[in-house]
Amino acid sequence: MPTFVYMTRCDGCGHCVDICPSDIMHIDDKYRRAYNIEPNMCWECYSCVKACPHQAIDVRGYADFAPLGHSVRTIRDEEKGTIAWRVKFRDGRVKNFLSPITTQPWGTKIPDFRNEAEPSDEMRNSELLAFEPKYIRMDDGGLHTLESNKLSLKAGGEYHESL
Amino acid sequence: MINFDTTPIASLIEAGYTFADMQTYVIVMIALVVLMTIADLLHKGSTTYFFNAAAKAEAQLAAGNADCSVGKEDTRLTQLSAGDKAGILVSTIVTDVATAGEFHNPVRRLVHILTMYGFILFNAATAMIIFGEAETATLATVWNLGAIMLLVGSFWFWFSFKVDGQAEGVAWNSITLRKDMFSLSLMGTSLTALGWSIYGGGTGVWFALVLLSTASLFGGVYWSKFSHMFFKPAAAYNKRIIQANGTNENLPHETRFGGATPEDDDFQKNRHSMELLVDAPMDMGLGIKREAPKHY
Repeated sequence: MPTFVYMTRCDGCGHCVDICPSDIMHIDDKYRRAYNIEPNMCWECYSCVKACPHQAIDVRGYADFAPLGHSVRTIRDEEKGTIAWRVKFRDGRVKNFLSPITTQPWGTKIPDFRNEAEPSDEMRNSELLAFEPKYIRMDDGGLHTLESNKLSLKAGGEYHESL
Repeated sequence: MINFDTTPIASLIEAGYTFADMQTYVIVMIALVVLMTIADLLHKGSTTYFFNAAAKAEAQLAAGNADCSVGKEDTRLTQLSAGDKAGILVSTIVTDVATAGEFHNPVRRLVHILTMYGFILFNAATAMIIFGEAETATLATVWNLGAIMLLVGSFWFWFSFKVDGQAEGVAWNSITLRKDMFSLSLMGTSLTALGWSIYGGGTGVWFALVLLSTASLFGGVYWSKFSHMFFKPAAAYNKRIIQANGTNENLPHETRFGGATPEDDDFQKNRHSMELLVDAPMDMGLGIKREAPKHY
């Protein structure tokens, strides 16, 4: 379901370019408007759709699984702290949803991790971390290096465990 | 130095050209703009898109309220009166056309305003001098001021917005003729016009460069983005109309309070998902827009 841009709504601000995790939203050199340079690589995360201040980006579903004539559109209202979705089915039914996207004013509750307490031994030994790789080293050990993790560089840039 | 009391157009008369010659050139340029704009519309299919979108919105209005299985009935579909449409037309002209309100970035907006008014003043003064067959000090001042505004706006655009080394790796001297034709023509027209003015007019190299620049500006409409000045106002008007009549290209209209009716507000307040925001301030400030987009 790749995104596309309504050129008449876009003002070329670049928010979608900044936020796209696949780096496929770009600004057209000629028209100074955004466009999806590689629709096949779009994983329909809707980041750009929600970030666009002009609601200029929409998502076009592939016809093999998204019924023709449907529509899923959204408006993220930052000032009010809400996101609204409007799902229109092919048969004309419409569903409207409204959810909070923040419960505190923006920028006022950014955690300062430097001042956060370190995880306790109990946390480190928790069964919740049972499947984490040992290399994350949730302990008080020294600097994480290839050597301390018994790793070495292999030709071609990959690494492997020294056994 | 630039002499604001005269334009180099008068020097053409001294060189043997007549106002009739110049009028012919201007008429040819206007004809080129008209023909190429029509060709551009046919090629892009812009009119087809607009008429289809308008017909779709009309059909939605005619069908009345949508069948909302979850959420409130869509009561916002309203037929606009002629007065409503006239009001929307005025706000479109004042906000979107006259002051480039589409741009949220203030620098981008300023650049656009400088370029647009520079272009209008420069061309209007040129036409008034040529078709009025007389040059007044006021018209000459407007002509020179327009050229300066166009020069500042077009060069500012090029070096602030077109050049994008950070995101796209586009250097200032990276030129693709088809893509950059409009910007280059605007820069060229203003630069050569001022150069022509500073160096005393006449029919030398500067005059030839002015002819070349204006011919590429008005004669290259089909390949450039010149015609946006005709369809952008129509698009802005249409955007305001569909917002006002509620069709709004299927966009949702729910948000916390501030609804069309008090009942709307009550409905939003009592949505179970809104419990978390009951005590939250009504203005949460800016989120993603706290930082200007820098393309990564």
